Amino acid sequence: MADKVLMKGNEAIAEAAIVAGCRHYFGYPITPQTEIAAYMAKRMPKIGGCFLQAESEIAAINMVYGVASTGKRVMTSSSSPGISLKGEGLSYLAGADLPALVVNVQRGGPGLGGIQPSQSDYFQATKAGGHGDFRMIVLAPASVQEMADLTVKGFELADKYRMTSMILADGTMGQMMEPVSLDFEVAPAAEKPWATTGTKMEREHNIVNSLFLVPEELEKSNFERYERYKYIEENECMWEEYLMEDADICIAAFGIAARVSKNAIVEARKQGIKVGLIRPITLWPFPTKAFAAAADKVSQFISVELSMGQMIEDVRLASGCKVPVTLCNRAGGMIPSPEQVLDAIIEAAKGGAK
Amino acid sequence: MVVFDKPHALTDAPMHYCPGCTHGIVHRLVAEVIDELGIEGRTIGVAPVGCSVMAYNYFNCDMIEAAHGRAPAVATGVKRADPENHVVFTYQGDGDLASIGMAETVHSAARNENITVIFINNAIYGMTGGQMAPTSLPGQVTQTSPYGRDVNHCGYPVKVCEMLSKLDGPEYLERVTVNNVKNIKNAKKAIKKAFQNQLDGKGFSLVEVVSSCPTNWGMTPKQALEWIDEKMIPYYPLGVYKDRSAEKEEA
Amino acid sequence: MATKQFLFSGFGGQGILFSGKFMAYKGLIDGKQVSWLPSYGPEMRGGTASCSVIVSDEPVGSPIVSKPDVLIAMNLPSLDKYESTVAKGGMIFLDSSLIERKVERDDVSVFYIPATRLAGENGMPTLANMIIVGKVLKELSDFAPESVDAALAKVISAKRADMADINRKAMQIGAAN
Repeated sequence: MADKVLMKGNEAIAEAAIVAGCRHYFGYPITPQTEIAAYMAKRMPKIGGCFLQAESEIAAINMVYGVASTGKRVMTSSSSPGISLKGEGLSYLAGADLPALVVNVQRGGPGLGGIQPSQSDYFQATKAGGHGDFRMIVLAPASVQEMADLTVKGFELADKYRMTSMILADGTMGQMMEPVSLDFEVAPAAEKPWATTGTKMEREHNIVNSLFLVPEELEKSNFERYERYKYIEENECMWEEYLMEDADICIAAFGIAARVSKNAIVEARKQGIKVGLIRPITLWPFPTKAFAAAADKVSQFISVELSMGQMIEDVRLASGCKVPVTLCNRAGGMIPSPEQVLDAIIEAAKGGAK
Repeated sequence: MVVFDKPHALTDAPMHYCPGCTHGIVHRLVAEVIDELGIEGRTIGVAPVGCSVMAYNYFNCDMIEAAHGRAPAVATGVKRADPENHVVFTYQGDGDLASIGMAETVHSAARNENITVIFINNAIYGMTGGQMAPTSLPGQVTQTSPYGRDVNHCGYPVKVCEMLSKLDGPEYLERVTVNNVKNIKNAKKAIKKAFQNQLDGKGFSLVEVVSSCPTNWGMTPKQALEWIDEKMIPYYPLGVYKDRSAEKEEA
Repeated sequence: MATKQFLFSGFGGQGILFSGKFMAYKGLIDGKQVSWLPSYGPEMRGGTASCSVIVSDEPVGSPIVSKPDVLIAMNLPSLDKYESTVAKGGMIFLDSSLIERKVERDDVSVFYIPATRLAGENGMPTLANMIIVGKVLKELSDFAPESVDAALAKVISAKRADMADINRKAMQIGAAN
């Protein structure tokens, strides 16, 4: 344990990105993720990297687009309102099949909202990060160690599939400190023959582009991209199951909500209630199989969220509406307490086992 | 004996521009400069949204298509990815550079980003069919100013070179035009300097090219070239608006 | 100790986050699972600051301390806000130089430490927080000098390593109180 250091989640993301070979970061200050920018500002000049504070979130994501076009690992980070501004760039990155890492340390919304933790950008991240048909790989850390691990993983997946990986964290994950180890095996970056780094007069020119004026061609590019998405759905789902072996009730929760839920589960088990947890680590691809399998065993799902209920729709779809799915939530920057979750579990247990 | 040839930096793709449009001339000038400086193999161009959206098909160097107005931010990323080797230029119209992308323009200039910006000012939105641009002249009739641009209602045109010249950041700002042979020669000189500045590490160099749009101006190509002299140049005077290195030498 | 939940609270500028960080590092060095979660945002600027610290033999679930086993209150608003949240049988440590009232609950152990006055008298005006930490460690029978020193080395930057001695002295004053 002694080789571990205490780090804030935001700092763990920044240092893990550096370990993963990222040498370009562009951002704009916004609470509660500004530590990432501050960390990069300090470290990048010392390791031959580039930190640049952009004039806007829009400029930052387009600088990311520029570096990504050259094939180098690059990232930006922001919080909810800033991610909305980046939406344009996320769509273009998808359209041009460029790899990048984007971090959203969520805060309450809509609008300017607040600065306290939230998970209310789930829809935005998993369904509609911008205009057009596209997906992002969405990774939901639930500890500072995972903030680091999933950052490295995010870069690797982005390169592998030529798409954006998004770390969907929240204010608590960004601000809290936990022991973290940054001793990673980082896979070497893939060859990127498509990158625009100059022809050196040795090849045809490369074009990074998302414009297809001929609808047949645009459709083809969409179908090809969705073939790739299908492969990812089949091969890259990550989730954690906690005390699910004998569970009658299944909690669905990610990030901080899963941490709170574990406390409640421990208490409920003391009272003899068989309850477990499925914690999606990839929100897209959503671990549908895990929930489908659980739907055959449990009598009820409880989706615990820091939102008005967003992931609950995916839980319902994945479980095929075989058993009830209820919501246990707080919103606007509030966090459900273990007691609130415990109450929801006790209420669910009244229905009896399947 | 070959007396006239296509620059190597231009592809064989037939351009889609309207008859009399000056985009073709400016494309050629940029390509000639890339050839003459021998930089095609390490040049990356960034195309805008607007009539020149498909510039990526016309230049033989690596090309990137940017979102509307964001070319200077994209170019910033490309340049910063490998400042020693990458030669980066953007090619943008007036709506792209002076309206939706104004923040990116101003801040890349303020940072003295070591890139070259080719700015086509033809006082109209061409690709969408002739709407009012940030540089449309007072009184100019367009699809969205059908009674003539009323400055009391929608304000005044943006003079980009004049505005940017007030910043400490940029290295070089010049306004040229391409409506006759002499002006085309001057324009090429300016474009070459804007690329040379980048090779010399001097920083942000922007060449504003006062251009014509006969189709959307509702004129013949010849009338359009004359209109540049009569209407555009008086409002957008040609000349060097900033040349920091020259200023230093004089001082 | 299976799980100990600490809540450090006071004014911004009193070293609330620092003392919480020290406690978390000490737990880490002692081989425990730990988490540290600060309040953040505008309330930090001149208003109340707080941080949740959990030290446990088990993996830490929620990092949010809502029912502290140990409350450290360094100003009156903090005591007013958190007194009722302390777990039954828990402990409250307060800076009696700054908080005039007594704790109303009778189901918790209370320790009144005139930390700000002691800090002033001993020429360490910014270390009232660590005087209280010393007392906390003593009452928890957790004042192991080696891990205290190792934790201090972690939370004090190398540039200010000379500050370790005075921090240690502050904790000793607190422990002796």
